[in-house]
Amino acid sequence: MAALTPISRTPLSFVLPCVALAGAFVGLLVGTANGAGPMGLVAGAIIMATIAFVLIISAKYESFTRGLTIFGFGAAGFLFGGLPILILSALAGWFFHWFTYWLFEGRYRARLLPYLTGGQVLWHYAFRIIAGAVFVFLITPILVIIPLSFNAQDFFTYTPEMLRFDPAGYSLKHYQDFFNNNEWQRSLKNSLTIAPIATIISVSLGTLAAIGLSQSHMPLKGTIMAILISPMIVPLIISATGMFFFYSDLGNFMENSLGLGKNFVGYVKVILAHAVLGIPFVIITVTATLVGFDNSLTRAAANMGANPVTTFFRVQMPLILPGVISGGLFAFITSFDEVVVVLFVGSAGQKTLPWQMFTGLREQISPTILAVATLLVIISICLLTVVEMLRRRSERLRGMSPA
Amino acid sequence: MSDITADGPVLAADGTPLKRSLARAMRRQKLRALMLVAPLLIFVLLTFIFPIVNMLSRSVQNDIVVNTLPETVRALGSWDASSGQLPDEAVYAAFTRDMAVAIEAKKHTRLGGRLNYEKTGFSSMFRQSGRKMKKLDPVADAPFKDKLIDIHKGWGDVETWKVLQTHSGIFTSGYFLNAIDAQKTPDGVAWQPEEKQILLKLFGRTLIMSLIITGSCIMLGYPVAWLLANSTARTANLLLILVLLPFWTSLLVRTSAWKVMLQQNGVINEVLVWIGLVPDADRLILINNQFGTIVAMTHILLPFMILPMYSVMQTIPPSYLRAAKSLGATNWTAFWRVYFPQSVPGIGAGSILVFILSIGYYITPEIVGGTKGVFISNRIAYHISSSLNWGLAAALGTILLVVVLLLYWAYDKIVGIDNVKLG
Repeated sequence: MAALTPISRTPLSFVLPCVALAGAFVGLLVGTANGAGPMGLVAGAIIMATIAFVLIISAKYESFTRGLTIFGFGAAGFLFGGLPILILSALAGWFFHWFTYWLFEGRYRARLLPYLTGGQVLWHYAFRIIAGAVFVFLITPILVIIPLSFNAQDFFTYTPEMLRFDPAGYSLKHYQDFFNNNEWQRSLKNSLTIAPIATIISVSLGTLAAIGLSQSHMPLKGTIMAILISPMIVPLIISATGMFFFYSDLGNFMENSLGLGKNFVGYVKVILAHAVLGIPFVIITVTATLVGFDNSLTRAAANMGANPVTTFFRVQMPLILPGVISGGLFAFITSFDEVVVVLFVGSAGQKTLPWQMFTGLREQISPTILAVATLLVIISICLLTVVEMLRRRSERLRGMSPA
Repeated sequence: MSDITADGPVLAADGTPLKRSLARAMRRQKLRALMLVAPLLIFVLLTFIFPIVNMLSRSVQNDIVVNTLPETVRALGSWDASSGQLPDEAVYAAFTRDMAVAIEAKKHTRLGGRLNYEKTGFSSMFRQSGRKMKKLDPVADAPFKDKLIDIHKGWGDVETWKVLQTHSGIFTSGYFLNAIDAQKTPDGVAWQPEEKQILLKLFGRTLIMSLIITGSCIMLGYPVAWLLANSTARTANLLLILVLLPFWTSLLVRTSAWKVMLQQNGVINEVLVWIGLVPDADRLILINNQFGTIVAMTHILLPFMILPMYSVMQTIPPSYLRAAKSLGATNWTAFWRVYFPQSVPGIGAGSILVFILSIGYYITPEIVGGTKGVFISNRIAYHISSSLNWGLAAALGTILLVVVLLLYWAYDKIVGIDNVKLG
């Protein structure tokens, strides 16, 4: 983006105190870590102000001094505390170099409207730092568990070896445990059996119902919609309790009167329970897609002699497919991630992956959970990508995208 | 348009009057729409609504007393509890006959368990008496009054019979009273003993913690939603992915992540100790208390706040703020008087959604909440799977469900269910 505002250099009386302030903050942290807070504060301020002064004098050689600062900070950090500190302090060096020139050259104003006052500029950046902190809060917990899953120890915490980037501190043993342990493998298999079948049931019934609901002459639309969405609203513990009584009776009936196998009945119970939970998501996404659907297309198809079934599969379905798929993904993740209902409805034979993780978290803490968690994060990234692509495609198809 | 012309009613192509023909077509359309919805509706009604209603009905059901001791209940009907006298021999004889049948079917211990919720001691009384009464012959061994009192002195206590009489109805309000720390006694409604009053406190805690979680979601979500709504499309899409990634990540992954973060040797404590803010000896206790639950659940529910806020803020034109400022408003006035009122629907939608979800949460409080940070749901689960007091669990569930449905109704009025957006 081109600069909106002409920028000019700022006086040293502005740059140096600002850099000194940042230096004092870092100095305070480093100081307290070594048991001398106030000294670190003063030393940090003085050192950084001096470095900033030197950098400003040699402003002509900006890219050269950048390399020099990063290298200098990194070397100092390495002497101070080894490899992990080297990375931290090299980053600090890069930051201070960038920060000094950003202030000195007046670059902080380059992308803002020219008439903003100093206070407004300050607030602009302060606001971004606040929002950035919230993003850190959102993402950090997910990122933190990924390196931990490669822990060579059976701990839930970072070991000193890991922090030193010592290869001995890392291993794949938790992943090996996951892939070799029968219990984990069985629960994975159960999850991969239950979730797709439940998804198919909720998608097929849900899509039909969504088409019915979106017709203009649908009687009792509001009531029916409320009933169909209710599985999402009713607290899971209440659904689970209700289903617990219902499915234990149903299970007894199927086993005793119909003579079906115990294990098979167990799967049927969990699948039906999960299918109900996935339905609201299918209904919501498919009706949202159908809002933009042009009904004259179905009339045109009928006019040309297509029967309703052909019309549905050849005309309607291809157009609403993105909504159906993303509804299906929601239903899939609901079932794949569900633990309360399966805890109440299922028996040991239907132990799913989340169930296994839940008991693992509650009772014996094995870091294998973190390996599984990392794999699940990767799966969710894939699903997110697919849903996002589908959403954009459907926006493009309907001409709603601004791009 | 009139449907009568000079030649009679307007006719459709097949000769029927147009009005009837149209009505029939409309009816057929309605029927077809209904047919499309029917399979799902039946499925949901049968496997979701019916089980829940059935479960909720357990909160007032009390037919176990009448079914197990039918004759005793009938005989007790004529007994005046306020007289302070023990019931006469007829009641004892009826009771012995009922118990003989119940012991045969092994139902007497369940009845004892049921009555134990109302008065402690019934469970063991029924179990012990059952063992000894097996030897009595309901015909030959009459009279029974003294024999029963011999077997267990509880049968010689007027209170025992009063409790039996009070709880002999088919329906009871006892479970609901238990759910609000009261109990149904022969002398009317009374509070539970002090040490047993935990449920009202738990309801209060659930509400307060849900409010705190909703509040912190608003505080954290508002700046993010504002940033999303006021960035260029490309930046907004990138930032949106950072919001959606936690949303799509498994609940258990996020809960275990918070366990890793918050525990005594967890990431937060390690960092704080490393930079010297907290001495190594007394690390912060961040988990297994209310703080842990609030932090973890705020993180888990934050996307549900940001997404509705974002979709509302997207519709507020940025020129309004500029217009306000050019008319002389200060930054704060422009935000507070112009922007904020327009973003309130987003806050409302997000808040109700987050509140509904958090009030019924089970998994996260169970794992990071310890004993101090659990919700009413955890109590319901305890009564279903451990204490087996299903009536009380159903009563607690009913109260929770009523609160949630009221909020759901409010959500429907304010936002409309059709406007719920995902992702």
